[in-house]
Amino acid sequence: MSSPTSEDSAPQPTGIVEHLVRDDVDRKRFLKMAGGAGAASFGAFVLAACGGSSTKTASTAAAPAAATSTTAASATTGDVAILNYALTLEYLEREFYAKVVASGLFNGKVASLIKEFGSQEATHVEALKGAVSKMGGTPAANPNGKFPIESATQVAALAYTVENLGASAYLGQAGNIQSPEVLATALAIHSVEARHAATLGTLVKKSLTPDGAFAKPADMSMVLAAIKPFLA
Amino acid sequence: MSNHTLTDAGQAGLANPELANLEVSGLTRSSFILRGAMAAGAVYGLGAVTPFVSQALAETGGGDVEILNFALTLEYLESDFYNVKGKEIALNGQAKSYASMFGEQEADHVKAITKTIESLGGKPVAKPSFVIPANSQSAFLALASVLENTGVSAYNGAAPSIQSKEVLAAAGSIVQIEARHAAAINLLIGKSPTPSQGFDVPLAKEQVLTKVKPLIKA
Repeated sequence: MSSPTSEDSAPQPTGIVEHLVRDDVDRKRFLKMAGGAGAASFGAFVLAACGGSSTKTASTAAAPAAATSTTAASATTGDVAILNYALTLEYLEREFYAKVVASGLFNGKVASLIKEFGSQEATHVEALKGAVSKMGGTPAANPNGKFPIESATQVAALAYTVENLGASAYLGQAGNIQSPEVLATALAIHSVEARHAATLGTLVKKSLTPDGAFAKPADMSMVLAAIKPFLA
Repeated sequence: MSNHTLTDAGQAGLANPELANLEVSGLTRSSFILRGAMAAGAVYGLGAVTPFVSQALAETGGGDVEILNFALTLEYLESDFYNVKGKEIALNGQAKSYASMFGEQEADHVKAITKTIESLGGKPVAKPSFVIPANSQSAFLALASVLENTGVSAYNGAAPSIQSKEVLAAAGSIVQIEARHAAAINLLIGKSPTPSQGFDVPLAKEQVLTKVKPLIKA
């Protein structure tokens, strides 16, 4: 319907990320957790964030992006928005693993697991891009990531955090997805993120099931806040 | 009446022979679907479980209580597997601690699903009895791997039919745990933690149901 955005303006599908980068309100707070210790206590952080004022940002996060752009409504709400949100997370995971693989910090079995997980994240990126296009949307642009890559221990702990975050992000969207096909795709990826998280848990000697018998969901605002430090 | 999951299908060439001798005796619809899911997994591999469950539940009319009762039956099996069978076998090391931790979590799933069914005004199905073929730690772990991975496929097959957002969230919260168990057990026995690669779904949605049905005694 609406005419396509010109090439030189900001790519529309990045609405979520753009909004996030512009929104500096909580930036300092979140940057703090980019440090090693912050990543380790991510669970507590999420709980704190949930209880705080950021909950309000959750429900309105997409709205400012929509208001300030010519993006069609379908790009910021509904299944396309959820798919693009997941795509953004997968882009970051893919880039993270690629950088970890390139760092050469791991070898042997752990290195091959990490390489395998990275290539699976890459298949998630492709699948989500395909799903967005199939629904008539425009796939989100690949954000540039930045990740602290210092030591094997620190990277493994970060990977564990990232995968748990990914799993809780998918879980948080399950109830919002309208299309059964999109839901099936999201579920198929969700359980793989959980497998990655548990595998990394065994490597870093942390809980395979940090939430106990019932995994906890994370809403979009919590997840976007948590990935902020990893956006270049 | 026989409780055998598979009738005359030979066990040679089965994708997951561990499942072939697992018996679920129960006359409920949920037990029937579970038998079918395991037959599908045994013969065609775990990728066949998702479409089987999704179609079998669709045929029942697909109410949330029906789906939850199927999940409950699956959790009864997993709970008995760890909490009953796991105690019969002298497990040691990591296997022992996994069995104890996972058993507790599966028991929690049973409780939570039972409560959810009751809160929806439904009647939780009775627990079937199970014959679990595992007499050694290695057989136990091999079956644990297949059961947990079957659980993931089954939940992923059932979830898209769920109507209530809350029930879907609960199912999602449980399947994530099954996936974590599956990955940990697989790692322990030297299998890939991600046996279906990037997607816990079948690569091709073959005509599973028509193939599997003749193998099951109702």
